Amino acid sequence: MNLGETLRTGLEAIRSHRMRSGLTVLGILIGIAAVIMTVGLGEGAQSKVSSEISSLGTNLLTVSPGSSTSSSGIRGGFGSSNTLTLQDAEALTSKEVAPDVAAVAPTTSDSEVLTAGNNNWTTTVVGSKPDWLSVRDRTVTDGRFIDNEDVTDHTDVVVLAPDTAEELFGFEDPVGQSVDIAGVPMTVIGELNSVSGSSSSSSSSSTTEDQDDEAIVPISTAADQLFGGTSRDSVQDILIEATSGSTLSAAYQEVDDELLMLHHITTPADADFTIATQQQLLSTATSVDKTLTVLLAGIAAISLLVGGIGVMNIMLVSVTERVREIGLRKALGATPKLIRRQFLVESSVLGLSGGILGAGLGIVGTQVLPGLVNQPMSLSPAATVGAIVIAMAIGLGFGVYPATRAARLAPIDALRTE
Amino acid sequence: MNSPSSSIEDTQQFDATSNLRLARPVIELEDVRKIYRSGSLSVEALRGIALSIGQGEYVAVMGPSGSGKSTLMHIIGCLDVVSTGRYRLAGEDVEVMDEEQLADVRNRRIGFVFQQFNLLPSMTAQRNVELPLVYAGVERAERRARATAALERVGMGERLEHRPGELSGGQQQKVAIARALVTDPALVLADEPTGNLDSASSADILDVFDELHRSDRTVVLITHEAEVASRAERVVRMRDGVIVTETPVAAGPGDSR
Repeated sequence: MNLGETLRTGLEAIRSHRMRSGLTVLGILIGIAAVIMTVGLGEGAQSKVSSEISSLGTNLLTVSPGSSTSSSGIRGGFGSSNTLTLQDAEALTSKEVAPDVAAVAPTTSDSEVLTAGNNNWTTTVVGSKPDWLSVRDRTVTDGRFIDNEDVTDHTDVVVLAPDTAEELFGFEDPVGQSVDIAGVPMTVIGELNSVSGSSSSSSSSSTTEDQDDEAIVPISTAADQLFGGTSRDSVQDILIEATSGSTLSAAYQEVDDELLMLHHITTPADADFTIATQQQLLSTATSVDKTLTVLLAGIAAISLLVGGIGVMNIMLVSVTERVREIGLRKALGATPKLIRRQFLVESSVLGLSGGILGAGLGIVGTQVLPGLVNQPMSLSPAATVGAIVIAMAIGLGFGVYPATRAARLAPIDALRTE
Repeated sequence: MNSPSSSIEDTQQFDATSNLRLARPVIELEDVRKIYRSGSLSVEALRGIALSIGQGEYVAVMGPSGSGKSTLMHIIGCLDVVSTGRYRLAGEDVEVMDEEQLADVRNRRIGFVFQQFNLLPSMTAQRNVELPLVYAGVERAERRARATAALERVGMGERLEHRPGELSGGQQQKVAIARALVTDPALVLADEPTGNLDSASSADILDVFDELHRSDRTVVLITHEAEVASRAERVVRMRDGVIVTETPVAAGPGDSR
């Protein structure tokens, strides 16, 4: 008896028990769909977080003043000290000192009230340099960004993020208009692109402050006219972009060495600054999501196991119910091997069809669900193919015992059963 | 349809003395015993059977319930194995065969007809008859042709596509006989083939067996009815696991039960 005949016989048996076969397939189907959707949900959340973080700028290093620990046991004033200066930033732009650094943007920032006509709006005002644009991976949609002349000349100009511009000017073109920042009149020279899309409000952490609501001024203007402070040369952060992802760690080392030297610090543990990479943020965020994905997939796997036990149960029932048929087939010359194969084909067909239907439901789910629950989901081809293979393996694996039992039946005992 | 037969045997087909014709027995049983054990209880269903059935013979086995006739039939049909003793089918020792070989013997040498018909309800008559050929590895076109021929032979040529549920008892039994014949076995065994049928259908079925016998097939059937047994050449009567009498037909009052 060839495989085609065995398959035909198996399909005939499945067809003659539609309800029962259908329920078995349903069990597998739900398990498979659950696996695909939970993995999709986990991966979707991961890619959402990583895209949010990378939207801050790629290959980014953030140098902050202060250190988290010091050798004397006294915690350095994190962010409160003025240990980073414009001179530090300037030194890092040198290609000889730091060849792997592409752009350096020292920044200062504070919350200020912006006034235009009758509108006023409180937002983050950032003082920086032209490199800010590239470091933050932003573009200007209208007008221009601040340039080096603005910085050297301490020009009273400002570039607005789209939400800020809308709050102040409505749908009017902001470029060329005047806005008062902390009482200092400034000219709007440009408008930034929008980055956050629809997901801006949902899960923005402190690392992803609303990037569509801010105002950028030349750092020199900010120091002179807006923030004041003890030292006009001090900066809050230095944002540094490496030339590429692969040179990020080299850039890190160069920046670290140069700043230690400039600050006359000999032991790295005493450093009065901290360098953070986007990668660190990213790996922390994604590891949380990974844990969640594993947890969800574990639950889904259990439901798949339950589905597998369902297949076994159904096959055992099927063997018991068809003892007479098995006896007859044996009386007509079926060998134990053929009987076993027939039942294995039957159970793997159940598993496989559950797998394929479940994958279909999972694929539909990953398309439809994100719209309903406002959570991104991504379809993982590996998980889909894997799930189908697992479903078939479950059918086969859990079918072995019932099939072997069927094959072992003595023909006459089987025939005698009523 | 072409079981080995000599011309001598052909001339003796309806000879009442054919039980003496033992030159080439198809079935040889020597001191066959069958003991069923269940826990501490053991029941000896067959207590030393010696039986020899020749090529082309038509034998009826009679006996009351529990006399062991069904057990004997199952052993002859290789559906059950002997506890002790020796069984040779067409000269081959059956008790030493493994499962695969037994399956092959059941498939090629024996056609079994059951009282309950035992047709698969989800399959058409033709598919049912094809089944032994499927296990014999015959390819599809030939299978169909042979199944059709077998069904035509028992007068069921017009009902190839009917399922068992759409057929009467007698028709179902004819399909079952066609299935027993389709592999062209030397031996046709029937366990009360007319037990579930009305008298008109019974007569029909018995005619088919007569016809098989005329075409030189060995036929062994179990029956309660003397009328059925009277068609055979030889009647074997059993009681309590042993053969009581072996008589050529023309035998008188059979066991009515």
